[in-house]
Amino acid sequence: MKLSKLKVALTAGIAAAAISTSAAAVDFSGKTIEWIIPFSETGGSAKWANFFAPLLADELPGNPTVVVKFMPGAGSTKGANWFQDQKHNDGTLLFGTSGSTQFPYLLDDPRVRYEYNDWTPVMASGTGGVAYLNAEDGKKFDGSANNLQGAEFIYGSQGATRLDLVPLLAWKMLGLNVEPVFGIKGRGDGRLMFERGEATIDYQTSSSYLKGSAPLVEAGTAVPMMSWGALNANGEIVRDPTFPDMPTFKEVCEATNGCETSGDTWDAWKAFFVSGFPVQKLAFLPTGTPQDVVDAYSKAFDAVRSRADFPEIAAARVGKYDVFVGAGATTALKTATSVPESAKSFVKNWLKEDYGVDLSQ
Amino acid sequence: METFTGALPALAEAWVLILQPAVIGYLFLGVLMGLCVGVFPGLGGIAGLSLVLPFMFGMEPVYGLALMIGMLAVVPTSDTFASVLMGIPGSSASQATVLDGFPLAKKGEAARALSAAFASSMFGGIVGACFLTLFILVARPIVLAFGLPEMLMITVLGLSMVAVLAGRYALKGLAAAGLGMMIGTIGEADAGGSLRMATYDVPYLTDGLKLVIVGLGVFAIPEIVSLLRQDRSISKDARLGSGWAEGVKDWFRNKWLSVRCSVIGVIVGVIPGLGGSVVDWIAYGHTVQTTKDKSKFGKGEIRGVIGPESSNNAKEGGGLVPTLLFGIPGSGSMAIFIGAVALLGSGSIEVGPQMLKSNLDITYSIVWLLALANVLGTLLCIAASGGIAKLTTIRFTYLAPFLFMLISFAAFQSGQNFEDLLALFAIGLIGIFLRRFDWSRPAFLIGFVLSNPVEKFTNQAFQVASFRFRKSFEEGMDYVFSPIVIVLIVVTVVSVIVGMRQAKKIMSEGESVAGTKRAPLIFLFFVAAYLVSSLINASLIPDYNMTDKIVPLVIGGLALLCCLILFAQMVIRPEGDAIFADKEIAGEDGDAPHGLWATLSWLASLIIATYFLGFILALIGFLLSFFRIRAEANWGKTLVLTAGGVAFMCLMAGALNRDFPPGLLQGAVDLPWPLR
Repeated sequence: MKLSKLKVALTAGIAAAAISTSAAAVDFSGKTIEWIIPFSETGGSAKWANFFAPLLADELPGNPTVVVKFMPGAGSTKGANWFQDQKHNDGTLLFGTSGSTQFPYLLDDPRVRYEYNDWTPVMASGTGGVAYLNAEDGKKFDGSANNLQGAEFIYGSQGATRLDLVPLLAWKMLGLNVEPVFGIKGRGDGRLMFERGEATIDYQTSSSYLKGSAPLVEAGTAVPMMSWGALNANGEIVRDPTFPDMPTFKEVCEATNGCETSGDTWDAWKAFFVSGFPVQKLAFLPTGTPQDVVDAYSKAFDAVRSRADFPEIAAARVGKYDVFVGAGATTALKTATSVPESAKSFVKNWLKEDYGVDLSQ
Repeated sequence: METFTGALPALAEAWVLILQPAVIGYLFLGVLMGLCVGVFPGLGGIAGLSLVLPFMFGMEPVYGLALMIGMLAVVPTSDTFASVLMGIPGSSASQATVLDGFPLAKKGEAARALSAAFASSMFGGIVGACFLTLFILVARPIVLAFGLPEMLMITVLGLSMVAVLAGRYALKGLAAAGLGMMIGTIGEADAGGSLRMATYDVPYLTDGLKLVIVGLGVFAIPEIVSLLRQDRSISKDARLGSGWAEGVKDWFRNKWLSVRCSVIGVIVGVIPGLGGSVVDWIAYGHTVQTTKDKSKFGKGEIRGVIGPESSNNAKEGGGLVPTLLFGIPGSGSMAIFIGAVALLGSGSIEVGPQMLKSNLDITYSIVWLLALANVLGTLLCIAASGGIAKLTTIRFTYLAPFLFMLISFAAFQSGQNFEDLLALFAIGLIGIFLRRFDWSRPAFLIGFVLSNPVEKFTNQAFQVASFRFRKSFEEGMDYVFSPIVIVLIVVTVVSVIVGMRQAKKIMSEGESVAGTKRAPLIFLFFVAAYLVSSLINASLIPDYNMTDKIVPLVIGGLALLCCLILFAQMVIRPEGDAIFADKEIAGEDGDAPHGLWATLSWLASLIIATYFLGFILALIGFLLSFFRIRAEANWGKTLVLTAGGVAFMCLMAGALNRDFPPGLLQGAVDLPWPLR
């Protein structure tokens, strides 16, 4: 009797010890995890991190507090350069990047002192985008841009080297004459310019389109033109699951005389599209993070995306797009950052010729 | 009409939602937190909101809204403490308050100034809410009527306040504003990304200087240094004059001014993209223009407090319109607010165009929670103002080290770089000399604040206008000269003409004595040298990036022209002329027992020590040596005050999850928080 009691106590003790050692390897109880976002509080990345932070806190071992910190500056290169210098400490540092961090890296911006391949991705997520026209020009749009050749448009843009590179190049390929007004602070401001009638063409990421621009379409002041599309498992562009009835840019391009879905221009567009949209945002752990910590994060993010209510709560905040974790995140990183040299030089050339942006300095 | 019939039931529902004990409780909690955060200069609503964000997920929507709005609403109220008592502009909303609020505190009327400010804030908040209740229903087309030319004109109207605040010598004021604008252009241009007076080798400069740092440097540092040199209390006779009841009466006597400034606040707040940066200056300018006896402005005129304070809380209400109706945040804290709203409950509330259709009751709850939070916060602030105003009777030497601590921390929070502290010091030096030689500091600050909007709106409006003109001449004219633009042009012209007539009476820098030629000429030379080098710098930008060079070239050229005329006048006029104003000759500064450089070196020592040891270690050393050597306190007092200061710093930073500036030591050794 006594012995069996002891035995029970012993086994319980051993079991407890076993649990605590396995948990002790990665246990964040009482700790604060800092998720650094290299943008300001107002951007889409802030929204993204603020959405995931409390969910992640629930799923990480020890339920730590996850706080989002902002380190804006130099178009996110300041924060990324800072992260490059961080070493693994206790696994409480997470870093988020966006297309605006990827593009300067791909374009060899002189400010870039970071190397994506040094970091360990634990999560990646994407979005889509929709381009739309003002009502008057929208009437001339018939699934191709043939009736819009040479038509002049104004577009509120954050800068040619940002994500706006993707729509600007797409419109150029379609033969539209789009004049960007630079210096807009966010896509929301761009939409406001469109609503005021100052801008005559615009694009928004999926969730912002649904919230802000779809009502304009309903009211008849905007006409949707195309989505950028989504990637299937084979890396081909297919219709965006959020907008199954809307043609993709690829379809519109195919229907438009003079627009080609092969060759240098197309390859360049596609490469930057992939880096900017389907794999727009990535979360990283710093250089030298041990595998057990990486696994803990991957598991936690996996649990987040498997929540029963995830599709519902994510739809409103970050859109209905896949969240990649673990090996998926690694593949996503590779997709986002491997742009062929020819595409890079094409884009650099185009930026220099059309917008006077010289990235070689 | 249809919109209005739906409004009344929604308004009633909103009140049913608000008047639940739990909602009031959360609102009260939010107000208390907001007051604590707001007293801390430079942190503002963003820090407070980030603090409660983790709790928003799945929270009952009204509770969460009450908590957040309570916090957001009172930050512009409680930062009045710092601006009136210490001359520290806590946020862009309280810059104009400093102009007359701080002189009042120096006259021993801090409690009066505070309670007048709070009464105005509360009133502004309520007027704002009433106005919004109706306006929000019809706001959409009106907001959309404000295009780029209209926004440019409002910015120009704000800039025209320089005419009122230019000081005794209009040319000096203009040159100061020009210098402010040029310093505002430092960094990467918004439009083309060209660098102005910056290089990629100094990444700090590429982002430009932050408003917090320039505000603290221009207003707070010169005042702190000057008071410290005089070794007295803020209130000249170390006593408090009239109490808080007097301030409330002052407000009541000026209630119509308060109404007008509240309306200005709501209207300017409604326009997205302008934010709060111009509101308080326009309100201050309006106050000056509508006051008969203008001789007291800048020296402690109570109307100069009531005007801007009435507008800045009303502006928060107005700022809700673009936030709620368009989903476009007017400020960083509004952006977090939008994000947090989506976390609430089941995530069914979505800020944006549908707020009016499906969530009108929630919209009204937000508007009136804001008003209610204003009332709660104001009552708490008025209750506390008598006690807190006693700070102005303490010998300033005991206050100054804590102020140096606070402003350094606040400056660091703006960008989290060590360079923030260097920038603070550099701008502080500019502020000290502007003050010394009677170059209007408000003009400098207005120039800095409006530099970016002027450049942005000029370029963008020009581009869109030329696009329209290419289509047809009429379309272009319709775009550029809309009725709103014409009205704004008239208002601006009138305000400049009226302002120029009055400017000489408004001593934004107080009384000055004129001295010899040498020192004012040397300062003029430095200003001109900076302008010349930034002009050369701007002219090197290639022509295809015309958007990045045109504004610096024009503004810099005009400012340089002012400097040249000033130079000619300085050469011609005899010594002793008012143009040679120099506070070091006589008066408070000139007769002060302590020298400028010795006093300034205390701040410098804190910054240098931070570079090596990190902020907290440096702060301990700084406080110890300051109290022992400069204040000549005994060891007991020294240790208690030092421990108190450091503990307060750690407590606030710990609670708000903020970092301290690290030094070389932290780079070499791993230390535990807060030494990290």
